[in-house]
Amino acid sequence: MTAPARVDTLVGDRLVRFDRAERWLHWINATLVLVLIATGSIMYIGALSGLVGRRLLVRDLHVWSGLLLPIPFLAVVLGRWGRGFRSDCARLGRFLTDDWRWFRRRERRFGDLRVGKFNAGQKVNAILVAGALPVMFGTGLVLHWARSFPEGIRTGATFVHDWGYVALGLLVAGHIVKAMADPVALHAMRTGLAPARWAKATHPRWHDEVVGEPTADEPDEAVDHAEPGDHDHEGALDPAGGVASPTPYDGARSDQP
Amino acid sequence: MGARADREVEGRDGTPVGRRAVLGLLGLGTAGVLVGARVQDKVAEGLAPISAIDPTGLSDLVPGAGRFRIYTVTGDLPEMARSAWRLRLGGLVDRPDTLTFADLTEMEPVGLTADFQCVTGWRVADVPWKGVRLSDLLDRAGVQPGATHLRLTSFDGVYTESLTMEQARRPDVIVAYEMLGGAITKAHGGPVRLYVAPMYGYKSLKWLDGIEVTDHLEPGYWEHLGYDVDAWVGRSNGRDDEPPEVSGS
Repeated sequence: MTAPARVDTLVGDRLVRFDRAERWLHWINATLVLVLIATGSIMYIGALSGLVGRRLLVRDLHVWSGLLLPIPFLAVVLGRWGRGFRSDCARLGRFLTDDWRWFRRRERRFGDLRVGKFNAGQKVNAILVAGALPVMFGTGLVLHWARSFPEGIRTGATFVHDWGYVALGLLVAGHIVKAMADPVALHAMRTGLAPARWAKATHPRWHDEVVGEPTADEPDEAVDHAEPGDHDHEGALDPAGGVASPTPYDGARSDQP
Repeated sequence: MGARADREVEGRDGTPVGRRAVLGLLGLGTAGVLVGARVQDKVAEGLAPISAIDPTGLSDLVPGAGRFRIYTVTGDLPEMARSAWRLRLGGLVDRPDTLTFADLTEMEPVGLTADFQCVTGWRVADVPWKGVRLSDLLDRAGVQPGATHLRLTSFDGVYTESLTMEQARRPDVIVAYEMLGGAITKAHGGPVRLYVAPMYGYKSLKWLDGIEVTDHLEPGYWEHLGYDVDAWVGRSNGRDDEPPEVSGS
């Protein structure tokens, strides 16, 4: 219908926060991880095991969801849809001076911190999940093909998988609680778009980067934003609305491997 | 230096924390796999005294704590009151019988303390068991010549197990009606289950309701799924676990 929106561009009075591939990746991965946590909990917590039973069905669901886990990532990274994802990984993976300061602040949103597209808390959560998922995947493979591994390795893999379950559960719970607390952010992961005014208030560095205002001393130019939800993604991308020109940093990011 | 003065670009500048942390976690995970077996033993040792007196059961949720994991292959946990429970003893025996729970407790009791070792790797140390020797039940029914195997069934309708006559006559193979110092809960296979101390946990059939003496081997539920019929701890299923030490009378 319309050209796919590129991340970190301006569409009308909204910023493209996540492109289509990122959103699909997020929701497919979220579904798989939630199935994994649910089925894992059933097998791990005795009271639930008894309640649900059907050990083999639960186990198969867990194993298959786990085996599918890397595929969406590989599809996005190896396919031609990975631009936004790679760019956001680079953002999540590097701490700016203001990210370090963010940790020491009590008041983070209305201070003089210039938070980027992701705040330091989001970065920490994403980084830990990015490290935990391959560890869970690897130890899960050892547990599933246990007969191919020596005894000590299997016990060690069980140990890591158990602790990883607790850690990942806390990370995912924290992520969901935070997302529920910010309907605009949640909406952005559904539609890809975030109002410029919200971006300016909560992610000023990103806003200025996309909109092209290097300082925040000028008057707030954000246009009134409509209620989220009354535009769908395609409508907002109407060619008449125009896709904003690439940001000054676009060239640098497109060099990313 | 004011915050607005910085010209850092997100994604390009700053410390590559992400790469380091992800690599660090991968390293930590690998190290955990390599030394986890030893760490787990320490955690279980450290937690055992806490778990023993913890009324909330929360300490059981700590990974690595020596605790049972509950398996049931049907849709729910089979439940049966002691008063309704019956054990059918049949097949190649002189005196086929149906025993009640009281019949069982009137026989000479045996107590064992031994580890419960699962074929998937977890182990619960020093579990106290109480019941009657399977060999005493066989003697009571009178095994006919030519009988070589036992087929054991569960009132969940699905779970079955097998033993050779020689295995069934071992003194550390019991029909248990108490474990962990009390009645066997439905999660643990109560009111009455098998406990085969020298073998992996799946041989210790839960929710026992039938013993049939036969002249041929009929592999049990888990054995149909690829586990070894002769499930000696440390000498089967490709594992080398320490065989459990059995103590008690």
